[in-house]
Amino acid sequence: MAIQIIFNLLIAVMWMFLSETYTVLSFFIGLFIGMGLLFFLRRFVPDIFYVVRLYRIIKLNLIFLRELILSSVSIVALAYKPKLDIEPGIFALPIELKSSWEIALLGNLISLTPGTLSVAVADDNSKIYIHAMDLPDVEASITEIKETFEKAIMEVTR
Amino acid sequence: MIDIIISLLLLLGTFFILSGSLGILRFPDVYTRLHAATKAATLGVAGVLLGSFLYLLFDQGIVSGKLLLGIVFVLITAPISGHMISRAAYNSGVELWDKTKRDHLKNESK
Repeated sequence: MAIQIIFNLLIAVMWMFLSETYTVLSFFIGLFIGMGLLFFLRRFVPDIFYVVRLYRIIKLNLIFLRELILSSVSIVALAYKPKLDIEPGIFALPIELKSSWEIALLGNLISLTPGTLSVAVADDNSKIYIHAMDLPDVEASITEIKETFEKAIMEVTR
Repeated sequence: MIDIIISLLLLLGTFFILSGSLGILRFPDVYTRLHAATKAATLGVAGVLLGSFLYLLFDQGIVSGKLLLGIVFVLITAPISGHMISRAAYNSGVELWDKTKRDHLKNESK
């Protein structure tokens, strides 16, 4: 991915020199031309087309934002509830992510999603222990996190 | 028009911070309190910072990158501090609330 971005920036700068207009606009025109070139030559460039990956990163951010707003609303609703009828608990989430920064990212996302807070990571990085505010069904919580976050993170990093 | 958006953002932000503080006071144990501290407060601070960013942008004509960076840093650091505090609490033996149903972490070696 990094090499594709460098190529694209180089093409953009080259375009500025070729057209001899050193403005932001011509830089962006060059950027788009470079994007097109990389797209048509993607068979010869290693790794997948970086705009796809960029799109996935943006998608991950949007998921994150949506979950943050949802979780804040649910926590506020609980804070004003006259009677606390919740069932908190700690459950273990088995994870497939390997590298430590993926796990850190997942832990962060979990902490900001509705009703969950990452408490600890197992020593062999195979599980994350999560404290849940209201835990009627463990399996449902596990599949929800796996379906949304772990998948989105894997799309970005693999 | 933009005034309304700015005021709405500031009011919502302060509302979330206030509710978060209320949650910290009301919830029974340290883990549930951390839920309130990490989530509601994060969104509240982000709302206030975004509101002040828009105010500076449209009223004073200043693009304040610091405010946007502030949002990013709060988003990154709040869950980490929540994680660290809860882990430290668990490892030093802070009790869970009586009504807690499950504790899968109990039998694991730490």
